[in-house]
Amino acid sequence: MPMAEYKVQFEVFEGPLDLLLYLVKKEEVDIYEVNLTKIATQFIEYIELMRELDLEVAGEFVVMASTLMYIKSRELLPVDQQAQIEGEEEEEDPRWELIRQLVEYKKFKDAAAQLQTREAEQENIFPRLPARLEFEPATPPPRPEVSLFDLISAVSNVLKRFQLKDDARDIFEDKWTVSEKIERLRQAIAGDAPLKFSGLFEQTTSRTEVVVTFLALLELIRLKQIVVLQPTPFSEIEIRRAPAVAPAAAGSPYEPPNNPKST
Amino acid sequence: MELKLILESVLFSAQKPLSPAELRNVLSEAAEHSEDGTVKPFRKVKPDDLNAALEQLAKDHELAQRSYRLVCVAGSWQFVSQPEYAPWLKALVGEKMRPTRLSQPALETLAIIAYRQPLTRAEMEQIRGVSVDGVMQTLHERGLIEQVGRAEVAGRPMTYATTSLFLEYFGLRSLEELPAADELRRIPVQKPESLLTVEPGLATAPPEQLALSEGGGPKPEGNHQET
Repeated sequence: MPMAEYKVQFEVFEGPLDLLLYLVKKEEVDIYEVNLTKIATQFIEYIELMRELDLEVAGEFVVMASTLMYIKSRELLPVDQQAQIEGEEEEEDPRWELIRQLVEYKKFKDAAAQLQTREAEQENIFPRLPARLEFEPATPPPRPEVSLFDLISAVSNVLKRFQLKDDARDIFEDKWTVSEKIERLRQAIAGDAPLKFSGLFEQTTSRTEVVVTFLALLELIRLKQIVVLQPTPFSEIEIRRAPAVAPAAAGSPYEPPNNPKST
Repeated sequence: MELKLILESVLFSAQKPLSPAELRNVLSEAAEHSEDGTVKPFRKVKPDDLNAALEQLAKDHELAQRSYRLVCVAGSWQFVSQPEYAPWLKALVGEKMRPTRLSQPALETLAIIAYRQPLTRAEMEQIRGVSVDGVMQTLHERGLIEQVGRAEVAGRPMTYATTSLFLEYFGLRSLEELPAADELRRIPVQKPESLLTVEPGLATAPPEQLALSEGGGPKPEGNHQET
């Protein structure tokens, strides 16, 4: 393999501005008072050194070197002998543009250093993450059990949604079985948060799916795996996981006896 | 019952940082569900009063010199430990799961975006003097910056800004809290009256000659001017 493949990226300096700042710092003078011609010489020496060490010199460094050479060449001539390019009498002093860029870059470099300090500081700051508060309700829980009739009237409301558009429709294969819906329901109530009755049917797309979901709900109530509550009269019915006492629930997921494909 | 102490109890028990809006919700919710005469008065707390109470609470904790303090990060309030106690907390909970620290180029670019947002890649490169492609990808992946729009210049390039995760990552309340925010947002780099850069011994004119005749500065003597 040719040696050229082993070129090392020169990463000590982020870029030409970084190298310039370093050189200015070495001079121990204010950026505004720096002798740019001297810096220019040093900058080019560094680039030469990088080349000698067979380090890859990024294009940005070369561009900066040429800017510096231009500045240096200008300064070698007294002002009155400098070539005035037609129409460019108001030309910006190239030194000024460079110094402005350096000052600006320096400020952001300092800001980056402050961010870095904060970053390290944050590693030592721990937020308080309390456990979830579990209050025992002072009064008996306002959780009147929901009767079967409440449930049926609730589901009939859901079914009304489908009645209107059900007159004419394509026939799909019914995708859901009760046992699948039971699994889904179990997953949905796995957390501590209650599930709203209406939320149960948000995704349903057909009457049959509503019915299958409802049957799954009834089955889980029968197995005492879920409880169905109505916190206050006329409010929405909520479905919760049953308190973990049901010993029958242990083991493999329940399979209904005849696994009816609903019709 | 004092508002700030109510807020303290809520923030002490909260499982996530809470914004003033969330705190107000807690207050009004509590008032709705309680018959207690001491709870009702806090049903509707003015945002200003709430903020004042939060600030006062944070100050109280600071003055008390506890091992923890109340901070506002990205607009939400939470209790955090003081950094001095990190050795013990690390022993307790283990090192925090934190992504690797950002590299120097990433921090520089992030600083530029934070102060100058929204801005384009070209504007960032203008300041840094080098390409930002690599670091921009890192910052994107870390969720610290996002695209926010397009600049109304030729080519309509994307403009970028920092995210609220950026504030969280650095523990900042808002962008206003960035150090020297006013100064860096639009750096008006003052042009000195003259640039003293001429190396002695070169065949050059003395420094004043290079002063740009903009007025204000000491006018150069006429001896070198074209007459």
